[in-house]
Amino acid sequence: MTYFVLRSLFFVHRKDLRWYEQFYIPQIINGMKITLSQVFRPKFTRQYPEVKWQPPSSFRGRPVLVEQNGIERCVACGLCSRVCPALAIEVQASETELPKERYPIKFEINMLRCIFCGFCEEVCPEEAIVMSQEFELTFTRQEDGIFGKDKLLTSADKLKDRLEFLRQNR
Amino acid sequence: MEILITVIKIVAVMGIMLGIVAYVVLLERRLSAAIQNRIGPNRVGWQGLLQPIADVMKLVFKEDIVPTKANRFIHDLAPIISISVAMTTFAVIPFGDRIDLFGYDIKLQIANVNIGILYILALTSLGVYGLTLSGWSSNSKYPLLGGIRSSAQMISYELSMGLSIIGVIMIAGSLQLDKIVEVQAAWRWNIVLQPIGFITFVVAAFAETNRLPFDLPEAEPELVAGYHTEYSGMKFAMFYLAEYANTFVSSALITTLFLGGWQVPFVHSLGLSDFWISIIQVLGFLTKTIILVAFFIVIRWTIPRFRYDQLMNLGWKFMLPIAILNLLVTGLVILLI
Repeated sequence: MTYFVLRSLFFVHRKDLRWYEQFYIPQIINGMKITLSQVFRPKFTRQYPEVKWQPPSSFRGRPVLVEQNGIERCVACGLCSRVCPALAIEVQASETELPKERYPIKFEINMLRCIFCGFCEEVCPEEAIVMSQEFELTFTRQEDGIFGKDKLLTSADKLKDRLEFLRQNR
Repeated sequence: MEILITVIKIVAVMGIMLGIVAYVVLLERRLSAAIQNRIGPNRVGWQGLLQPIADVMKLVFKEDIVPTKANRFIHDLAPIISISVAMTTFAVIPFGDRIDLFGYDIKLQIANVNIGILYILALTSLGVYGLTLSGWSSNSKYPLLGGIRSSAQMISYELSMGLSIIGVIMIAGSLQLDKIVEVQAAWRWNIVLQPIGFITFVVAAFAETNRLPFDLPEAEPELVAGYHTEYSGMKFAMFYLAEYANTFVSSALITTLFLGGWQVPFVHSLGLSDFWISIIQVLGFLTKTIILVAFFIVIRWTIPRFRYDQLMNLGWKFMLPIAILNLLVTGLVILLI
């Protein structure tokens, strides 16, 4: 009996293991070697506020209006507000002396409603509204969630990556 | 004067122990994170050193929720039993030799009880009441299952734990823990003389403290959070603290019984004064204990949980016979020498 008890304490009964693999304790130590060796491996965690993620150009961040030479490309056709499934966009058109003749006097995106689907960007005939690479949207009041033209207008230079991406993939 | 010294010792040891236990929690979080290629809490204070304080502050301000049909009195009592048992166990563990402080000869042990080990065994078995009562009084199915499991598990492993200690007692010829440590002077550590006793005791200690290979009372995937599912706020913190205090105390106990306690080899050949030798011995004791705590933590992230029947099989069919066998062999050897 003693023999069997000793054998069952110190051995795992499995034919597919070699004799030295059937000991419990050396295998536990092997397991600990594996776990401890992980301690010295490089970490996966990104220290977020200090180290930021640079999204690829295919990333759909918050939608912005493209501004070229100080003028927005938008002609206030209203297609984006028509296509928006979340009803987040509100456009009010007005006339202008410029060759494009129309411009949005009011352009508001409710970022509490926006679902980042990118339909507005797809439908836009002027390539005037695009998804930027910004993903940090925080506000503490509901009213702050409605982004007007002041927050939406972004110069085309900053959106180069995205515009290039759209030209190649659309 | 005697009483005053004892009171000061109690306050100092309690304070230091609570501090260490709080930082054992941090050690667990950082080490487990490192093992999983994460960083872990490193925001509060330098490298997250103030995290335990932040955790306690958070838990203090949490709402204390008691289930509607719970037994209010026992529900409140259970965490108190858990924590007080975990804390008082340390009372008989000698964490150093004597020290000469301000002209007083102070023994670095709170209470030199002549039944030391029996006291520890008695108190650790009281700890089961904390878990079982919390499981029963919550009036909820998962805590109840956890409580039942804990009582069965503790009883099974207490036997092999007690039997594996008897080998040590036979070598020392005393139940007093300071005698046991004195016997282990100069590398005559019990881990060398009692290797099988050491292994059985460590395994039983894992089961007694509900650490991972045997954490069936709180097995997250099956029982939500086990016995403390229905606890929140400071009462939950008490259970949490008790778990880590238990880990720390059992590490201290393993150190005392098998790893030579506060004995540091070659310390007398350094030619230091008695005072510094005592300090080094206390630090040596703490180092051994903390290494064991780290061992507990690494084991937690290495070995998966046992099934319940495997746990019972291991406890009754293997651990108990091995402990008895070890006892017989030890007795035979002592008789022959």
